[in-house]
Amino acid sequence: MANPAMGRSFLQAMTSVEEVAPPLRVVQMEGLAVLKIIKHCKEFSPALVTGQLLGLDVGSVLEVTNCFPFPTREEDEELEADGANYQLEMMRCLREVNVDNNTVGWYQSTLLGSFQTAELIETFMNYQENIRRCVCIIYDPSRSNQGVVALKALRLSDSFMDLYRSNNFNGEKLREKKLSWVDVFEEIPIKVSNSALISAFMTELEPDSPVTQCDFDRLKLSSAPFMERNLEFLIECMDDLTAEQNKFQYYYRNLSRQQAQQQVWLQKRRQENMQRKAAGEEPLPEEDPSNPIFKPIVEPSRLDSYLITNQISNYCNQVNGAAGQGFSKLYLMKALHEN
Amino acid sequence: MATAAATSSKKTVLQYPGAAPSVSARIHPVVLFNICDAFVRRPDQAGRVIGTLLGSTSSDGTVEIKNSYVVPHNESADQVALDIDYHHNMFVSHQKVNPKEVIVGWFSTGFGVSGGSSLIHEFYSREVQNPIHLTVDTGFTNGEASIKAYVSANLTLGDRQLAAHFQEIPLDMRLIEAERVGFDLLKNTSVDKIPNDLEGMESSMERLYTLINDVYKYVDDVVEGRVQGDNNIGRFIAEALASLPKLSPTAFDKVFNDKIQDNLSLVYLSSLTRTQLSIAEKLNTAAQIL
Repeated sequence: MANPAMGRSFLQAMTSVEEVAPPLRVVQMEGLAVLKIIKHCKEFSPALVTGQLLGLDVGSVLEVTNCFPFPTREEDEELEADGANYQLEMMRCLREVNVDNNTVGWYQSTLLGSFQTAELIETFMNYQENIRRCVCIIYDPSRSNQGVVALKALRLSDSFMDLYRSNNFNGEKLREKKLSWVDVFEEIPIKVSNSALISAFMTELEPDSPVTQCDFDRLKLSSAPFMERNLEFLIECMDDLTAEQNKFQYYYRNLSRQQAQQQVWLQKRRQENMQRKAAGEEPLPEEDPSNPIFKPIVEPSRLDSYLITNQISNYCNQVNGAAGQGFSKLYLMKALHEN
Repeated sequence: MATAAATSSKKTVLQYPGAAPSVSARIHPVVLFNICDAFVRRPDQAGRVIGTLLGSTSSDGTVEIKNSYVVPHNESADQVALDIDYHHNMFVSHQKVNPKEVIVGWFSTGFGVSGGSSLIHEFYSREVQNPIHLTVDTGFTNGEASIKAYVSANLTLGDRQLAAHFQEIPLDMRLIEAERVGFDLLKNTSVDKIPNDLEGMESSMERLYTLINDVYKYVDDVVEGRVQGDNNIGRFIAEALASLPKLSPTAFDKVFNDKIQDNLSLVYLSSLTRTQLSIAEKLNTAAQIL
């Protein structure tokens, strides 16, 4: 019978062909998901909120078609079970109305871009266990007052994930893999797509005036509060970075001191051994694991310093962007004044 | 369901609440997007989609419709069945996230109000006091997008309910959040990338320029007598021009230069920080353990 033969070959085909997923190049979001994320984050700002993204994983494009928010857990007694129940309930209900209930990641709001934390990485690793390709969308509601849609799609780079799993962050490994702080997060470009129906509606409903609210926000001259907050965060981060660097210095100093001690001890042992040989006794071993000076000192993990560096660079970029905008606005104002 | 009026010899008064309702509604663009998305995803045999509207009511009678979800339903020629459990479950879930959003009404796609709608409206009026019925015409009958909101008033003949009269209420469709995101992003079927700071700035300035040009042309036309001048517009223009603060050139120059210098120093500072970061990182990982 052809069937069993075909069945076997199909099974063989499935198992033998290891699908190498094409690298994720673009995240395609629907206008609906964008609006929902914006609405949720803005309603609860300045509190930070999260939610789940639903969609499809197609080739090199990750489509996000819908999303739902997570309730904020106020007391810590709100059990994990409750949150999981809510999630299951929502997914089930959405399935009934034909929404793709395939989790493709999660979104979270942030305050002025200070999102690179250890928790983010942990969440990423958790999601990565279950889903092959997941992405995290970061939205910054505080920048929307400037008329910018601050949406970013992030994922951890593969090399970083391997390193994290092995939980080994000392200098050698990092040098080996040539992993610098830039390589920790990968930003993926976002495309926005809309169905034809909603596009027809929006075209009809677009107001006639060429200037929209967004433009009013962008052309506001007072950028000082934003810059001030950015600089405040930048300074705090610099303090953290200095603390991390001090930790490293301390470690290196301890290490070199320990090595010096080891050398001294080794010398003494060797002398003793020579004396013993002269006296005909057994030489003592050249190592003594019970001696505290041989205890290996743990090298501090560089993960934190990487994250802080990422944050600092983010703030710098934002300051640059805002300053660039500020220049244009100032020149505009000058031209207006001359007339 | 509308029943035929009984022809009785007794004269009963037809009670018709004639006062126009003082309710008006305001809709957020998320709701519209949700409805259209649900319509596109509806199961094949359904002709329309029905769902619940969530939002809040303010003290002056304006109902703000902030969120919505679709409820599966079955509709045949003479009956309508709504999945009430689903409606309840979704409502409870939504309440967990946002306890302030309450049921304010329901929506359906399709033009106008149909017969089955009154039954559903009755169901919703048991949940909330004066539910709003929103119709979104996805079929674009009459060649336009018609989104209308209704409240219902009951027509009673003595003690007997005769019909439900759906009265249209004013609907505020100023989509401010959509404007914030940018109509370009939401209007086209696909946008390749979200504009970043400077590109957005550029487009804003272009639009401002267009606006100023339009106003200029209008003023020209009025002066030349081509267009009848409207006093209100003239007043607006005069106000706008007068709102430019009057600063002496020296004062303005000083303010301007100060600002430019501040900005420049910030740019310098941030570039310096970035250079420092790359050096620090090299130092950190390049150190060898001897």
